[in-house]
Amino acid sequence: MSNVLAGLYYTKDHEWVRVEGDKAYIGITDYAQHSLGSIVYVELPSVGDEIDMDDNLGVVESVKAASDIVMPVSGEVVKINEDLEDNPELINEAPYDNHLIAVTLKDAGELEDLLGKEDYEAFLAEEE
Amino acid sequence: MDNLKRTALADEYVKYGGKTVDFAGWFMPVEFEGIIKEHEAVRNNVGLFDVSHMGEITVKGKEALKFVNYLITNDLEKLVDNQVLYTFLCREDGSVVDDILVYRFSEEDLLLVVNASNTEKDYDWVVKNKGDFHVTIENISSITSQLALQGPKAKALLQAHTDTDLSEIKFFFAKRDVLINGVLCMVSRTGYTGEDGFEIYMPNDGAVTLYTNLIEDGALPIGLGARDTLRFEANLPLYGNELSDHWTPIEAGFGFFVKVDKEAFLGKEVLAKQKAEGVDRKIVGFTMGDKKIPRHGYRVLKDGEEIGFVTTGYKSPTLGEIIGLAMVKTEFSKIGTEIDIEVRNKTSKAEVRSRKFLKR
Repeated sequence: MSNVLAGLYYTKDHEWVRVEGDKAYIGITDYAQHSLGSIVYVELPSVGDEIDMDDNLGVVESVKAASDIVMPVSGEVVKINEDLEDNPELINEAPYDNHLIAVTLKDAGELEDLLGKEDYEAFLAEEE
Repeated sequence: MDNLKRTALADEYVKYGGKTVDFAGWFMPVEFEGIIKEHEAVRNNVGLFDVSHMGEITVKGKEALKFVNYLITNDLEKLVDNQVLYTFLCREDGSVVDDILVYRFSEEDLLLVVNASNTEKDYDWVVKNKGDFHVTIENISSITSQLALQGPKAKALLQAHTDTDLSEIKFFFAKRDVLINGVLCMVSRTGYTGEDGFEIYMPNDGAVTLYTNLIEDGALPIGLGARDTLRFEANLPLYGNELSDHWTPIEAGFGFFVKVDKEAFLGKEVLAKQKAEGVDRKIVGFTMGDKKIPRHGYRVLKDGEEIGFVTTGYKSPTLGEIIGLAMVKTEFSKIGTEIDIEVRNKTSKAEVRSRKFLKR
């Protein structure tokens, strides 16, 4: 069974969002890292990039395949997780402790379209 | 996943935590504990693969050797009984139908072991080309299971399960009627990993016994994910990547297995000409200049012009480097040549290198 934390927002693409003030930290869930297997490379945008919801934010590559990661909300990139450049496997080890990027939210209203813990767990129950 | 073919071991995968996928219409495990852990286990210890999805075709009769030698690029006359060879089945134009193993038990008793994705194609090909040869051809894939035990500790582990002295089975030789855990098997000192090991063939009802016993004795269950990273590091081709219907084994860089001095065989004229005159494109090894991973199908460019494509690429678990194989125009094939690999619309620098990734 996948681990799903309280206090986060989720998407059907298996991303999580943690809001701290006007910043949103974005990562991939335990279900996602488990499905991908060992992560060997992470491609992230640059600080300053403005990316809209549903647009491509980067790529997470496992041994066998590359997976596009899509923005769960719109925003400007203020931070990228540089630890992932040399240690992409951190995402497998602790998917909720290792965000991919942090953005300043363009429109906090977009958060209402995201899933809460229970809804994401229900969604996972259908997938698994 | 419901209409997939299943091997005799399909119910065992879940017991060992196997993550399954559709591979060529088969329900197969891509990994158990994890591709990298499984890869390292085979390089340093011993791993066990279920490869029962592969195909087995027997060719028997007075002209079996002559017939199969006509179909393949390598030379069965150079073998003694119980020896095995690796070869290609080619068309007249030199393109590859499949890469296979041929077991020569005797001149009148041969076994072809073929890729799972090509079993029906190969059987039809062999039957189609039978002509007037006095042979009988049988597809015994559905009644044959196959396990591969691979790694430096494979021999020691397998020896504990059989009274047959495994030292007698030399590299690329086979032995029939080997009793392992009470199951009568055919065993060959062959494999697809670059390590020492054995490929073990048995009737379907013996497969679970062997699989369970070997794993309980320390062999790690290995999935198809690590099977690909292992063979790639060892510069062994994968049909669909390095070999295809669209180019010859000479272009793929495996001319060693094409014996153009042999008497008539399918593809001989084209292949002999290519060996003599050279080819316009060939598969090279390369090292990536940045941290991106080159994948099958990615374009290879030079000064903005497309010069080829990636056939296989990985972050090599054993080497720790990001490496690949690519088919490129011959003028860019020299070691040290700088090339560009297109990864998601941006280019990364790479350098041509030797394909002997695991030089030992």
